[in-house]
Amino acid sequence: MGSKPRLMGYRRENGAMGIRNHVIILPLDDLSNAAAEAVAKVIPGTMALPHAFGRLQFGEDLQLTFDTLIGTGVNANVAAVVVIGIEPKWTQRVADGIAKTGKPVAAFSIEGKGDLQVIQEASRVAAMFLQDASALVRTEAEMGDMIMSIKCGESDTTSGLGSCPTTSQAVDRWVEAGGTVFFGETSELTGGEHLIAERCIDAATRELFQTTYDNYIKVIEATGANLLGSQPTQGNIAGGLTTIEEKALGNIAKTGSVPVVGVLKPAEMPNPANPGLYFMDSSSAAAECVTLMAAGGAVIHLFPTGQGNVIGNPIVPVLKLTANIKTAKSMTEHIDLDVSGLLRYEYDLKKAGDMMMNVIYDTINGRLCKAEVMGHREFTFTKLYISA
Amino acid sequence: MAITPPQYLLHHDGDNVAVAMEDLQPGTLHGRSVKEGTEGTAVLNHAIPLGHKFALTDLAEGDAIIKYGIKVGLASAAIKKGDYIHTHNMRSYRWEASRA
Repeated sequence: MGSKPRLMGYRRENGAMGIRNHVIILPLDDLSNAAAEAVAKVIPGTMALPHAFGRLQFGEDLQLTFDTLIGTGVNANVAAVVVIGIEPKWTQRVADGIAKTGKPVAAFSIEGKGDLQVIQEASRVAAMFLQDASALVRTEAEMGDMIMSIKCGESDTTSGLGSCPTTSQAVDRWVEAGGTVFFGETSELTGGEHLIAERCIDAATRELFQTTYDNYIKVIEATGANLLGSQPTQGNIAGGLTTIEEKALGNIAKTGSVPVVGVLKPAEMPNPANPGLYFMDSSSAAAECVTLMAAGGAVIHLFPTGQGNVIGNPIVPVLKLTANIKTAKSMTEHIDLDVSGLLRYEYDLKKAGDMMMNVIYDTINGRLCKAEVMGHREFTFTKLYISA
Repeated sequence: MAITPPQYLLHHDGDNVAVAMEDLQPGTLHGRSVKEGTEGTAVLNHAIPLGHKFALTDLAEGDAIIKYGIKVGLASAAIKKGDYIHTHNMRSYRWEASRA
């Protein structure tokens, strides 16, 4: 194995370490997408994050939207944020939540002004934020300073044999270096949830995990639906996976061997004083899950795939690896690491782990991953129930 | 120490299904178990694509299908050693409603 290169990241005002330096234009609600996207056009180099929700939500579902928006702004890959909403009150609430980090934030609301005036005012601030952010320099970083997230997609049987065990190598190395890792995909533990329960660090964590899992599954099972084609997906089935239990064991094969130190609600940030492997309650849908994990603070994501999922995220590099030789050859513009040689016994798992770490190090230091190059910026909210 | 690329893999010795490592034609194949590294041969009765599964033992309807050393489903029909296994003859035991 080559020695670990010096890692360089952006140390934010609150001490969090990021690996990207985005200035984002964050709409509070669907109505504000147009103004946010206009600002990002006026000031190229900033990035709008359009999304579909934020209106007439209530209770826990509204809280999750706030947590997702605030968490995205708080994420250490973000240097500064312009928030735009239709009404001033909720817009300010999100801006205030982000401002606690000490990073530059500004809020604009559209009612009584119209899009054009807001675009002009917000663009002036965005221009200043972008110029200031460009002056920030990378400083030395450690894996212990950063949160990595993992979630697989369009899995097939090669995932559980190759790309997920390779991801496990990275998880164990990251945690052993003092870092934090998120995994989730609550329904996709079905048939192997006992394996996760056994790895919980203490009885309280185990009980919280089990309750979280049981509550999610109750909602699914209450529908009485035939989930074949949804979970496992049509792609999973085309790749040879037959049941949720078979898919779950492949999924779990990526979680390393370290203990589970905590259970997080969707988009919840972990206690930085308690690093390690965390379970985050989340959908197994790729964009929903990665969006929640980014809101929880993940700055880099490992995404094992079998049949070739193409997901990215606006603020977090999503690294794809596959052990399916057909996918590696046919989808080169999406695949960051081909570990199919593992299944041909051309190298062992430790070597595959070394290869993975080298891609991770390069990505931390600024090399764009394939999803970033291809412009995949899926920003997708998890909706808990109907809006009012 | 070069190893011939296996045509199929099973996760653990004792699993009753194996996974195709290439698009396979019926016949006698060579493979190995990932965990223990045990080499072996198996007969395949049908052509199956990369990533799909076949039976290493005869299975009666209702028998457990074992992969990773763990039950991952039930045979929903009688399955002969060497037969292709997928949604047509295997189902979830956890999600009763999930059937082909």
